[in-house]
Amino acid sequence: MKAIIIDDEPLARQIIREYLHSHPKVEVIQECNDGFEGVKAIQQHQPDLIFLDIQMPKINGFEMLELIEDPPAVIFTTAFDEYAIMAFESHAVDYLLKPFSKERFDKAIQKLTDQRSTSYARETTPFLLETASQSPGQQTRVVVKIAGKIRIIPTEEIHYLEAADDYVKIHTREGSYLKNKTMSHFEQTLDPQLFVRTHRSYMVNITQITRIDPYEKENHIAILKSGSRVPVSKAGYVKLRGVLGL
Amino acid sequence: VKSPLSESKFRYVFTAWWLVWGTLQAILISNFGFDTRISVVDSLVTNVQLMGACWLVSNILKFYLPRKEKYWYILILSAGLSGAILLITRWILTTFLDDQPSYISFLSNSWPIRFGVSFLLVGCMTILCVLWYTVEEEKENQQRNADVERLTREAELYKLRQQLQPHFLFNSLNSISALVGSQPEQARRMIHQLSDFLRGNLKKEDQKWVALSEELQYLELYLEIEKVRFGHRLSTRTGMQDEIMGMKIPPMLLQPIVENAIKFGLYDTTESITISIDGQVRDSILEIRVRNPFDPETSNPKQGTGFGLNSVKRRLYLLFGRNDLLETEATENIFTTTVKIPQAT
Repeated sequence: MKAIIIDDEPLARQIIREYLHSHPKVEVIQECNDGFEGVKAIQQHQPDLIFLDIQMPKINGFEMLELIEDPPAVIFTTAFDEYAIMAFESHAVDYLLKPFSKERFDKAIQKLTDQRSTSYARETTPFLLETASQSPGQQTRVVVKIAGKIRIIPTEEIHYLEAADDYVKIHTREGSYLKNKTMSHFEQTLDPQLFVRTHRSYMVNITQITRIDPYEKENHIAILKSGSRVPVSKAGYVKLRGVLGL
Repeated sequence: VKSPLSESKFRYVFTAWWLVWGTLQAILISNFGFDTRISVVDSLVTNVQLMGACWLVSNILKFYLPRKEKYWYILILSAGLSGAILLITRWILTTFLDDQPSYISFLSNSWPIRFGVSFLLVGCMTILCVLWYTVEEEKENQQRNADVERLTREAELYKLRQQLQPHFLFNSLNSISALVGSQPEQARRMIHQLSDFLRGNLKKEDQKWVALSEELQYLELYLEIEKVRFGHRLSTRTGMQDEIMGMKIPPMLLQPIVENAIKFGLYDTTESITISIDGQVRDSILEIRVRNPFDPETSNPKQGTGFGLNSVKRRLYLLFGRNDLLETEATENIFTTTVKIPQAT
């Protein structure tokens, strides 16, 4: 079984290697310092398993996972307990809180190979949900991949979002990017004082709006600084007025 | 609460006043053609009672201070006391001087002026006491408010200092866990450094300023731990003239600034970095400058100063009442934080 360790602290990688001595089935093929290296290494080696830290330079562990099309099995290793829920939402095998013991680590590896992994998950998930505090704060940036390059977009640079089949199209000054997420994901994670879902398929950055014109019968249309026109439904208009304080 | 008569200064004035007043009354009565004995006895009986009434008023009001809408209480109290004094005076003087028919008739005829003067004097004393106690109460309230404010400020300062980053602790413990297997000596050293750091973090009191050299030593502990965690990626440079090392600064003031530098400079970058700390004195203000590189692609330090620095700013405001003691500047990829600490001259 091929594994990659992604962590920005050399000693944190060292202890995983050390713990793996008693699991000869698992072979570490590469160690990575940050998420960028991680993306590259995963594409190159197609590992079966990654050990992933969350807080890392440039892009964090979750942002890195979002960039990989067919992610391998993931064991998170982190000092933060507030990400446990997100970790399980991203279908992680396990979530190890630093510093973790050899026994706890062995259990995680065991779980990976265990046929009855579902029953194990049922056993540990409530415990992890308990130790995890509420979901971490609002997203301040979105990470996308375009033509093999990774781009980090601060949320205030987003003009508007548009639903496009299974993707969301993120429109910015430099152009638009596709992200494999749903509109409701962005509705939950973006600052609600900055982004308003004006329509089933649109969400707009209110600082970009220059004008709101009536459109057809009961609808409106928002004109942005860039000249783009964003549809506003009847319900969306009510929400928009609420946020703008009209 | 202390009554106005509890102060010796007031007590002298009070006594002198009654001596003058009693003498005047005695002279007045002798001017009406009565002999000295009668005049003195009349004046003594009247004024000792009045004095007693004033003393009584000052003590009653000590325990019961009328609120605004109950000022009629002042009138009733003074009128009642004056009436009682009038009756007692009459009874005493008619009993002891019943051999002086002309004086007895003078006594009966002079009741309105006797009542009027008593009412005026007791009334004045009552109003004086009400004012006195109101002011005293106000003073006490102010003192209490000031105490509350001071306590809140101390609590806030305490809280601002207690911002130990839990992830720093857990990641350091993880590093120690890794070192135990391969380099037990290094692991032991790191446990000691971490313990010293935590102990310092727990013990420091805000009131006691510490020497810059001591604070730098403490920061050194923190930076040494980070160097173990991140291998050779972190290096530090300190540039301080010897003469400023003995200057005093509030404890734990530099810590969050250096933590912030580590957060942007080390946690959020991948290259080898240097964090530099320089100090100088200008116009009896100690200026300490912390510089760290940052990655303009992923973090934007212009956008808010981060929690660490907000708490420093707030603390400087609470300590010095000034908002201009913390400055930050971002140029290309270097972030500079300058903190100014006014030195007592």
